[in-house]
Amino acid sequence: MESGPVDLGGFYGTVDIHLELEERLAKFTGREEAIIYSYGFATISSAIPAYSKRRDIIFCDEGVCFAVQKGLAASRSKIKYFRHNDMDHLEQLLEEQLKLDKKNPAKEKVTRKFIVAEALYMNHGDLCPLPKLVEFRNRYRTPIFLEESLSFGVLGEHGRGATEHWGLKPGDVDLICASLETAMGSTGGFCAGKSYVVDHQRLSGIGYCFSASMPPMLAAASIKGLDIMEGSPQIFSQLRDKAVAMRRLLRGTPGLRVCGESVNPVIHLQLACPSSSRDTDDELLERVARECIDSGVAVVVAKYLKEELKLPPASLRVTVCVELSEDELEKAAKVIKTAAAKHIL
Amino acid sequence: MAAVENRAPEAESPEKQQQQRTPKEVFEPPPLLRAVMTYISYIVLYAVSLVGDTLRKLGLKTSGHVEVTKKEDWFKMNRGFETFFARNMYRRVRDCWNRPIASTPGAYTELVDRVSDDYNWTFRHTGGSTNCLNLGSYNYLGFAENTGPCADAAHQSTLDYGAGTCSPARELGTLDVHKKLEALVARFVGKPAALVFGMGFATNSMNIPALMGKGDLLISDQLNHASLVTGAKLSGATVRVFKHNNMKSLENVLRRAVTEGQPRRLRAWRKILIVVEGVYSMEGSVCKLAEIVRLKKKYKAYVYLDEAHSIGAMGPTGRGVSEYWGVDPADIDIMMGTFTKSFGAAGGYIAANQDVINYLRGASHSTTYAASVPAPVAQQIITSMTIIMGDDGTKEGEKRVAQLLDNSRYFRQRLTEMNFIVYGNEDSPVVPILLYEPGKVTSFSRELLKKKIAVVVVGFPATSIVEARARICLSASHTRDMLDYALKEINEVGDLLLLKK
Repeated sequence: MESGPVDLGGFYGTVDIHLELEERLAKFTGREEAIIYSYGFATISSAIPAYSKRRDIIFCDEGVCFAVQKGLAASRSKIKYFRHNDMDHLEQLLEEQLKLDKKNPAKEKVTRKFIVAEALYMNHGDLCPLPKLVEFRNRYRTPIFLEESLSFGVLGEHGRGATEHWGLKPGDVDLICASLETAMGSTGGFCAGKSYVVDHQRLSGIGYCFSASMPPMLAAASIKGLDIMEGSPQIFSQLRDKAVAMRRLLRGTPGLRVCGESVNPVIHLQLACPSSSRDTDDELLERVARECIDSGVAVVVAKYLKEELKLPPASLRVTVCVELSEDELEKAAKVIKTAAAKHIL
Repeated sequence: MAAVENRAPEAESPEKQQQQRTPKEVFEPPPLLRAVMTYISYIVLYAVSLVGDTLRKLGLKTSGHVEVTKKEDWFKMNRGFETFFARNMYRRVRDCWNRPIASTPGAYTELVDRVSDDYNWTFRHTGGSTNCLNLGSYNYLGFAENTGPCADAAHQSTLDYGAGTCSPARELGTLDVHKKLEALVARFVGKPAALVFGMGFATNSMNIPALMGKGDLLISDQLNHASLVTGAKLSGATVRVFKHNNMKSLENVLRRAVTEGQPRRLRAWRKILIVVEGVYSMEGSVCKLAEIVRLKKKYKAYVYLDEAHSIGAMGPTGRGVSEYWGVDPADIDIMMGTFTKSFGAAGGYIAANQDVINYLRGASHSTTYAASVPAPVAQQIITSMTIIMGDDGTKEGEKRVAQLLDNSRYFRQRLTEMNFIVYGNEDSPVVPILLYEPGKVTSFSRELLKKKIAVVVVGFPATSIVEARARICLSASHTRDMLDYALKEINEVGDLLLLKK
């Protein structure tokens, strides 16, 4: 198979291997159908505007990542942000909307409403309380779009994502979108859900219709990735254990604070005492990162653009891989602590 | 060969060359009878669809996605023309699109055999495949191969670097292959520096917002691609449109912008960017680049050139429309292109001056948040670009570019001789044949498939309602025999469906 797609999905760009990958992803996540995008970022940012249009309403968490923000901007819908992981605030917004709907049932009939959240927040590292969201979904009849880029292949006994982790049914979350560029180590992304919902994106998802399809070789890489995930289900609990271990090792790093959910392999080390200048903070963390790289441990300073809705605090990002041994994690934590001690204090 | 006779002498200025070439672009308006029949077809189709939907709502018809017409549909998909169209009109004919293939999309491709037992609601693969002549893929220079130097290099690259990079370019996602690729792209296109991205669509939609903002004016061609329109919308700049490839219309828009300035604020625009494409894939037209550069210099605007379909496919050595018209790349401020078409890979690039690229490296949405180009894809681009430039020591690149031009001219000439209505520029590798009525659009596709020829047809809403067409994409891997076979069959189908003038 050559490494290029050479065409739009609708015009002989769909190779049988894409169809196979879609079937496998649908089966793995326990849903009716899946659709593949050739770029992880394009997945959620094309999915949201495919369903939500100008006069619709979206209830979205403030802490969502940039790709979701672009999807919201492209939809032109009315966005109602609720404070990060604050379920009371979301309930308040939903109640307000319910009152408005009761006053104007004709308008309610033609207005779509959606809840958008991330299973594991990329910028903050914490979990979203999915069972509560599902409760709101059923009570207020508002479908949920869940961004699962960091939870796919991480959460759940078999790595199926947030739905498995919380013990919910696949049908409780209407549409999940995930990137295959994270845990899967390939290219692209996918959306999965009910057939009639996902099928809509084949004509309305602009990242799907107007873009070339995924290179067949990388689709094959994803299929092999799924084979490995299905064949070795123990790697998920191993990964989570290593994430917990690394967080324990990094506790007490001078000048830095370990943030996020304990099982999240993406660990944000935020500055314990940030200064008033974001540039100074970033430069300080860059020095720490460079020191770590010089000592043989590659870490990055999390990069954001000023266009972010709410700029997350400056942080060093440490990602745990399941293939690292306990020794290697200990050595890495030591290097990070030494570098932090040298530059921050 | 016809290719040699029509070439203008090199000593002439780009504008004079352009004037000599302009008459070769043809856009005949639709014949009245055909236009009327098209409208009647759509009206009948709409009426039948309304009946079908009503029956489904009353529960008398149960085929298809019935959930959509039920009250429990929280997605409220029933609202809006889009889903109505998809469910009733598009669904009837959707076997003409999304045809899966089971091989590389080369000159011939294996089309997976599929049938529908329920009027196109679902498809069933019969297990076989048919070898068809491929006139639909953008395989301009024939690099969609799974053997040869490109495939070998990509294979080795996968063994060295793995499949994906797992990171954005700014966060440990930049490989040495990317640096090599960016230097090569800059040299190929003739600009000081370049930046590469993982998706062609995203190159536009994620970088135009980084370059333009509130207080800027973006002047866009009427028929620009969805990625340019998305990028323009997301940027927050004011967007004005000029008539497709119409330089008078562009000059009027520029003049108005410069004299009036920003509405209500009575200030000049911070900057004005003219966004055009090299080759328009639906029309087959080529932008009048020399004239655009003249206007941009006169009104002090900038030019953003999207060469998705023209890089590798136009110009004597495949360097794009700037080479085709003899325009100096230094006059074009930002040159953008994709690697999907002529290079058999994926992704896009932006080439400009060093300071623009330095700025974009830090401000682009793609370098900060989206994964970088996978290593095997980058290697495929490097190898194919090296071949096209002739740096591999062979004449293969030169041969392919010349073959593509020859194929484009021959095919278009023969179709026009057969009295088909064909749009576009004589030298462009995209050949749209106008079909008009929706019934003819689908019959054309199905009849040719019976003859083992795979074509792409496009109708409403991708084109205007009367101008549905078949879009043939020529390739350097097509031989004269293949083209003659295709022409013979298209001629027969044209007579059968009354497609000729």
